[in-house]
Amino acid sequence: MLGFSSTISRKYLMAITGLFLCLFLVIHLLGNFQLLLPEDEAQLQYNAYSAFLSGNILVKIIAYVLYISIILHSIDAIYLSFKSRKSKKTRYRYDARKRASKWYSRQMMLLGVILFAFLVIHFYDFWYPFKFGELTLDQQGNKDLYQLVIASFQNIGYVAWYSVAILALFFHLLHGFFSAFRSLGLYHPYYAQIIKLIGVIFSLLICIGYLGIPIYIFISR
Amino acid sequence: MPMKLQLKIWRQKNSDDLGKFNTYELKDLNPAMSFLEMLDTLNLQLIKNKEEPVEFDHDCREGICGQCGVMINGIAHGKPKNITTCQLHLREFKDGDTIVIEPFRAKAFPVLKDLKVDRSAFDTLIASGGYIGVETGQAPEANTTPIPQEIAEQAFDAAACIGCGACVATCKNESAALFVGAKISHLAALPQGKAEREKRVLNMVNRMDELKFGHCTNTGACQVECPQDISVLHIAKLNYEYLRAKLKK
Amino acid sequence: MAKFIAAKIPEGPLEKKWQNYKDQAKLVSPNNRKKLEVIVIGTGLSGASAAASLAEMGYQVKSFCFQDSPRRAHSVAAQGGVNAMKNYKNDGDSVQRMFFDTLKGGDFRAREANTYRLAQCSAALIDQAVAQGVPFAREYSGYLSNRSFGGVQVSRTFYARGQTGQQLLLGAYQALLRQQAKGKVKIFNRHEMLELVCENNTAKGIITRNLVSGKIERQAAHAVVIASGGFGKIYYLSTLAMGCNASAIWRAHKKGALMANPSWTQFHPTSLPQSGSYQSKLTLMSESLRNDGRIWVPKNKKDARNPNEIPESDRDYYLERKYPSYGNLAPRDIASRAAKEQIDNGFGVGELKNAVYLDFAKAIKDLGKTTIQKRYGNLFDMYEKITGINAFKEPMKISPSAHFSMGGLWVDYDLQTSIAGLFAIGEANFSDHGANRLGANSLLQACVDGYYILPYTLQNYLATQIDKPKPAAHNQAFVDAEERVKKQLQTYLNTNGTKTPDEYHKELGKLLYDYCGLSRSRKGLTYVIKEIQKLREEFKTNLLVLGDTYQINSELEKAGRVADYFELAELMCLDALNREESCGAHFREEYQSDEGEAVRNDDDYAYTAAWEWTGNPSQPELHKEKLVFKNVSLSTRSYK
Repeated sequence: MLGFSSTISRKYLMAITGLFLCLFLVIHLLGNFQLLLPEDEAQLQYNAYSAFLSGNILVKIIAYVLYISIILHSIDAIYLSFKSRKSKKTRYRYDARKRASKWYSRQMMLLGVILFAFLVIHFYDFWYPFKFGELTLDQQGNKDLYQLVIASFQNIGYVAWYSVAILALFFHLLHGFFSAFRSLGLYHPYYAQIIKLIGVIFSLLICIGYLGIPIYIFISR
Repeated sequence: MPMKLQLKIWRQKNSDDLGKFNTYELKDLNPAMSFLEMLDTLNLQLIKNKEEPVEFDHDCREGICGQCGVMINGIAHGKPKNITTCQLHLREFKDGDTIVIEPFRAKAFPVLKDLKVDRSAFDTLIASGGYIGVETGQAPEANTTPIPQEIAEQAFDAAACIGCGACVATCKNESAALFVGAKISHLAALPQGKAEREKRVLNMVNRMDELKFGHCTNTGACQVECPQDISVLHIAKLNYEYLRAKLKK
Repeated sequence: MAKFIAAKIPEGPLEKKWQNYKDQAKLVSPNNRKKLEVIVIGTGLSGASAAASLAEMGYQVKSFCFQDSPRRAHSVAAQGGVNAMKNYKNDGDSVQRMFFDTLKGGDFRAREANTYRLAQCSAALIDQAVAQGVPFAREYSGYLSNRSFGGVQVSRTFYARGQTGQQLLLGAYQALLRQQAKGKVKIFNRHEMLELVCENNTAKGIITRNLVSGKIERQAAHAVVIASGGFGKIYYLSTLAMGCNASAIWRAHKKGALMANPSWTQFHPTSLPQSGSYQSKLTLMSESLRNDGRIWVPKNKKDARNPNEIPESDRDYYLERKYPSYGNLAPRDIASRAAKEQIDNGFGVGELKNAVYLDFAKAIKDLGKTTIQKRYGNLFDMYEKITGINAFKEPMKISPSAHFSMGGLWVDYDLQTSIAGLFAIGEANFSDHGANRLGANSLLQACVDGYYILPYTLQNYLATQIDKPKPAAHNQAFVDAEERVKKQLQTYLNTNGTKTPDEYHKELGKLLYDYCGLSRSRKGLTYVIKEIQKLREEFKTNLLVLGDTYQINSELEKAGRVADYFELAELMCLDALNREESCGAHFREEYQSDEGEAVRNDDDYAYTAAWEWTGNPSQPELHKEKLVFKNVSLSTRSYK
């Protein structure tokens, strides 16, 4: 790829797309918080918000950047891990190297695959019906995505799978957030420490936020 | 009190051979003995039994030359942190323990025989730019350019690398990022290294990819197993320098 | 019978000699340089710096090392520092003083002109190293820091934490690899030189063994430089790396290069004692420990108490007692010998009664643990890594250990051996240190030889080779040498006896330690020569080496090295026997004062003993190079 020939450049790409996805996670979460409003209000506002997102040209552009980010982040991950794939000759028969690093830092690919699978299902469940499906309209004439979401979150199987994915996201972020900054060259010991701390807090907040909504809905409705 | 150990050692005739583990027993070992002296003892025993001794790399036996290095129970240079294989002593093991000994493995480090591997890829990396291009006789008076103490110390922290390859052997991606990062960081910190700064990092990173070293995923394992405790932040510095050089270009 | 040999020292006053030499030395034009090939054996500080410097000038260089990378060479292990006359401290240092300190430290057994040149070239080395990126210690102001080292009264030692050798070596190594990338240097790692090839007493190349494939290779060149380091490993237990060996210089010696003062070996007083018969090396602890540590042994031989329980009144601080003014900071040779005396008399401590205590209790009490931690923290850590003992709680146990070879190939002022076209630099030659080397002078000599001297003197020789036919590896001399090497290797394999090279090496080392080590006597030397001869004969018929020559075979490598040690060991003893005086590291029991101090004999022994190989290791021929002192008056070293 243009200017991304070396593995380090590829890591920049991973970092930039990853950080963009982090930003998106925040925005998406803020939108989701509307689900926690009193029921009537929530329905109207959430549906209006969804309609706004699908109509706005700026949001559309951002959405395309988001799709591209997801695709690049995934393709790049696959490319890099194929590149470092081991031959049988270079595998240890007795391996205790795990003591030197966190499991989730070594399993970013696995966590990523879970997240990718989640995304595909997520798109299929909500994005696809919203865009192309036949949804009822709410009082304001907006597509009633709200009902679809609430219905899903009252299904224990769905909530469980959703929780697994969010936990995967938590660990993915726990490594990915600071790692992105390191890949981009943050070498100062003090700021690197701060970023590491922010990364932990960020991962926790995202995880609590995304997990809290379905669990709250499941319990309260 | 004397110790007994069982050793499972990787035996491989040459780089084409498939290799396998052989098991050996050693008795009457002194806990004050170093790990490599234990291998000496084993070899003596093997030779006396007309069996070929185990080949392993070693030289200074005081932790600075970087020539020794094997995987001991699945850990580069063994369990204690920040030491080389030659600094490991038997008192770290228990009587009756089984120790598994394997060579450092990586695509860029082919096994030559038994526990000996070819690490000349590291030399190739340095040759691709890990130097300051000053020739004998060109140097100005040393005190012309003061270097703040903390800069000199930072440079030293990076320059302390002994080139043993434990970082590559430990890394799940077989990345040489810590080795290259340490050299880039060492030379970029010093005013003397500035002239070739961009060229150096671009060349070294390209060569690193060509030599079949993997990429860095920031797991941080390399620093944990590094005998000199070289910080992973030097990898961040490498990333920074590379980005800077790319943008400048 | 002894012949006098000429050192070819240039005319003129001492301080002008080197400049005069450089002004008159022959040059080679740049377009001719690329036609001339040079072989450099060894990639330590002297070898790497010489190879890099020669390549920069435009010569084609082939660089050999037995290790897996040039960066492993044992210069890497030097801890303390490197001396240089910069006078940054404004404390009165000068070339003259540095010259005198070095000469006096060597007990007036070095060449004036060489030693002076060493001091003269020292300053430029620091400039060079800094420009290469060597991170020397600095003051807060950013200027270079210095410290003082044993045996001198000024601060002229530059250092990079406790890893000065490593950092200097990396500088030279990187310069070497830079030339490799440019195609000027070809590096042969994992290669060992097994033979020097000469035609008409002129070096034409070498025979090497590829230590991976086992292939015997012929390498021709216009000149050969030996930078293979010292041979202290002959004592088996030493501070040297396992692979350090004498084979390159010994095989050159057997081709006609003279060996000078081979018995002069420096014993380092602060290394860790042997803990068992399996032991392979004695780790060096930096000498700086003696700045705050106090050395003692119990007054009672049979005192088995824990050292902390032995009261002051039952301790003998023997260095402080015998040398009140220098105390624990007495020079290396004196401190080592005093320790040996205590151990020999049965006062040694530790399981094998082979060590003395180095105690920090008083320093910790006076200065506080934090200060000691700051000064020696890394050394204490290292001590604990090796011994498992925390030196903050218990005194260290130390003992003297073979360390540095002052002797080596005899070279003239050009660093050329008695074979034309064969040069020896760094520790491999005998050169500048006399009978005892001052701390932090070895890195200096290695660098100065490689960066600043050899490029001039080798060029002076190469200028005479331009119109000569290029040495050809297909010449008969190469064919013969290759055959000899192959035959010799096969002999080791065919012997099929019962003892390994290491076993012989240990036995030989023990003999040398006991009779040709810290102190020597006529009786002991006469005895040990016979023992060495006997052991050497046994070695020939009872050696056990398995495997073949066509693959990696460490035992085969060791066999060749030990075979050379056996011959060299006898020469060392003969040299020690010949020198009927005590000087520097060479202490003859017959020549000591009533107080047990060394007694030098300047009338009869102010010469360099240069030995010629005659084909019989027991009957070398002695040549004397008279040492002429015009600029200093010979004094007695006293550290009382």
